[in-house]
Amino acid sequence: MRVAHVSTDTVRGTTLTQLDALESEGVHVMREVAGEFERPVLLFSGGKDSIVMLHLARKAFWPAPVPFTLMHVDTGHNFPEVIDFRDEVVARYGLRLVVASVQDAIDDGRVVERPDGSRNRLQTVPLLDGITAHRFDAVFGGGRRDEEKARAKERMFSLRDEFGQWDPRRQRPELWDLYNGRHKPGEHVRVFPLSNWTELDVWRYIEREGIELPSIYYAHEREVFQRDGMWLAPGDWGGPTAGEELETRTVRYRTVGDMSCTGAVESTATTVGDVIAEVAASRLTERGATRADDRASEAAMEDRKREGYF
Amino acid sequence: MTTTPPTGSPAGTTDHSRRDLLRLATAGSVDDGKSTLIGRLLYDTKSVLADQLAAVERATAARGGPDDAAPDLALLTDGLRAEREQGITIDVAYRYFSTARRAFVLADTPGHVQYTRNMVTGASTAELAIVLVDARKGVLEQTRRHATITALLGVPHVVLAVNKMDLVDFDEPTFRKIADEFAGYADLLGLRDVLAVPISALDGDNVVERSTRTPWYDGPTLLEHLEAVPVLRDPTSEELRFPVQLVIRPRTAEHADYRGYAGRIASGVVRVGDAVAVHPSGRTSTVVGIDTFDGPLEAAHAPQSVTLRLADDIDVARGDVVTPAAAVVTTGADLVGTVCWLAEKRSVLGARLLVRIGTRTVRALLREVDARLDVDTLQVDAWDSVDTLHAIDATDTSSDIPPRSLGLNAIGRVRVRLAEPVTLDDYATHRRTGGFLLVDPADGTTLAAGMVGPTLLDALAPAPPSEADEGWFAGAGI
Repeated sequence: MRVAHVSTDTVRGTTLTQLDALESEGVHVMREVAGEFERPVLLFSGGKDSIVMLHLARKAFWPAPVPFTLMHVDTGHNFPEVIDFRDEVVARYGLRLVVASVQDAIDDGRVVERPDGSRNRLQTVPLLDGITAHRFDAVFGGGRRDEEKARAKERMFSLRDEFGQWDPRRQRPELWDLYNGRHKPGEHVRVFPLSNWTELDVWRYIEREGIELPSIYYAHEREVFQRDGMWLAPGDWGGPTAGEELETRTVRYRTVGDMSCTGAVESTATTVGDVIAEVAASRLTERGATRADDRASEAAMEDRKREGYF
Repeated sequence: MTTTPPTGSPAGTTDHSRRDLLRLATAGSVDDGKSTLIGRLLYDTKSVLADQLAAVERATAARGGPDDAAPDLALLTDGLRAEREQGITIDVAYRYFSTARRAFVLADTPGHVQYTRNMVTGASTAELAIVLVDARKGVLEQTRRHATITALLGVPHVVLAVNKMDLVDFDEPTFRKIADEFAGYADLLGLRDVLAVPISALDGDNVVERSTRTPWYDGPTLLEHLEAVPVLRDPTSEELRFPVQLVIRPRTAEHADYRGYAGRIASGVVRVGDAVAVHPSGRTSTVVGIDTFDGPLEAAHAPQSVTLRLADDIDVARGDVVTPAAAVVTTGADLVGTVCWLAEKRSVLGARLLVRIGTRTVRALLREVDARLDVDTLQVDAWDSVDTLHAIDATDTSSDIPPRSLGLNAIGRVRVRLAEPVTLDDYATHRRTGGFLLVDPADGTTLAAGMVGPTLLDALAPAPPSEADEGWFAGAGI
């Protein structure tokens, strides 16, 4: 636990540092949701953004426990290290986890497996079904506005209709820190407490707070193969196919998603400090570097958001 | 074209533990070169990465033109497909860039369509507004409109960016004439901190790098100024306002009797031992603890999120506001303020609404709309006061535009009756707590954003006939 960073004699003339200001804003948003909604849920993938969200939730309600359920949309193609991490975190903090399974949705015919084996886009149906089944009215997501241009216009509180759809024209203007979470039955609100964070902010905060992450975020040796200029890991999802050769590389992941579309980057960064230096010097955005799903078209993210994606 | 930030080191390689955060808004249209300016700020602070730049280069090439054409930086802020297809900008986009000294959150507000709604949104959280003009065109009606909204929302710092100086041969008299005209107008609006900077967003002059083509200009570059303006007023100079978000009652074995009030300090400072009052009840107590996950504090200031513990077991709930015990705090159920109408649906006298103010939501009735500000002419139309509690059918449906009604993007003065008393801080002195929303209870639509008490509109308006009160004028000013 860190030493508190404001004492009486430093109050005069101080402004918060950027990370303190972002943290305070995130905590404020989480408390607003707890105050305004009946059944909030926090989307928890075991990725760094959702881990930072959970950290903010622990801060927001301390000394009370986190008052939210966690939900993981399980593609069935997860990195095992990430699933282990998820379960360990849930047990450590005594949280409740519900899993929305893409495999279940495929098995009972709600979605159909794609020929390329990618299940990223298939997550939307189990996500929305999970929200409906559990009657969640507020859904915390780790999306950041710096990630992608469709997200640059996202609100902190983003209204979704009964089909989970995002309609940019129906979004409410957000003024001051007055978040309007009113919604009709069947609608829900997606809430993005990390809206104003950048990838570097997330990493600097992880370093400052000493937050633990799944091991795959740091450099390790792994068997990978190349597809579309990305290093993918082999697995049940269907790679590699003929002509794709496995080789051992020292890699790490900048994002954690479905194994079929999340690429590793070659890296020797074994500590948070190394990662920060690497991200700061990187010439590619994290999605540009590692996400096949966003390469599909100029408006790939916009289209998925409209359908109700994260 | 240069790419070195003034601090000499790209973001990310220096110590950022002391870096602070400035929120700013830009106003102007694509024609003024706003997208190019934002693209320039992102590019020159190395906030644009290779894959984003490659996409822009592809898009630039796709439009034709010479192979060696510089990437069109305006494309960096290209928005949604719906916007590209319809050639409009739907709403505010947020951009991020940083230097070693400061991180910036920029609200990029479109200039044309629904300008009021978007600018009001962007300006509500901004500490600084950049108003952009084209050096060839000078101060236009649109410029005055942007300045008016900036003043109305109480944005403390304004930069007049006189763009396209390259197209007027960096002519000093042209710049001075525009700067002087704007200064006169800003003065009228009560804008106190205004800086005019001659720039060329296209070539980068005086945006990040000092231009060699404006030897007559000895002020800071745009980015130097953005790095230097104070982010917040000194919290010790403001009175404490702490809107309670939640009551924290863990009811766990370890914290069986814990009761704390969670919130974010909106303004001022709170210290352990302070005598405080809780509004609207006005009950008083003493702060005995300021708790955070990271340990207890002796003092905390805006905008920290903390949990307060009080000495006495008094009734405190979400929506209450903690202030110093000695503070003179207005509470009441009669809310008078200036609103910007944000919805397609027009205001209707006598309508049942919800008012969101601070962390409180109360039922309300729209009693009166007695003045409307024309942001183009700065003229205020005042109407005779009619209290709708006694004349609910005051709306005249025989004309196209009902009197005493506000439509999308209109700015007007309203009187709202609340179902229960709330804390009413004047926006002019309490920017963090004096804002409110009008919400449609039927579908949750945000109908309007409002500011409590006298605003710019009152400074410009004739006195409301039945409610004339010298205090309105004495307190007016932004």
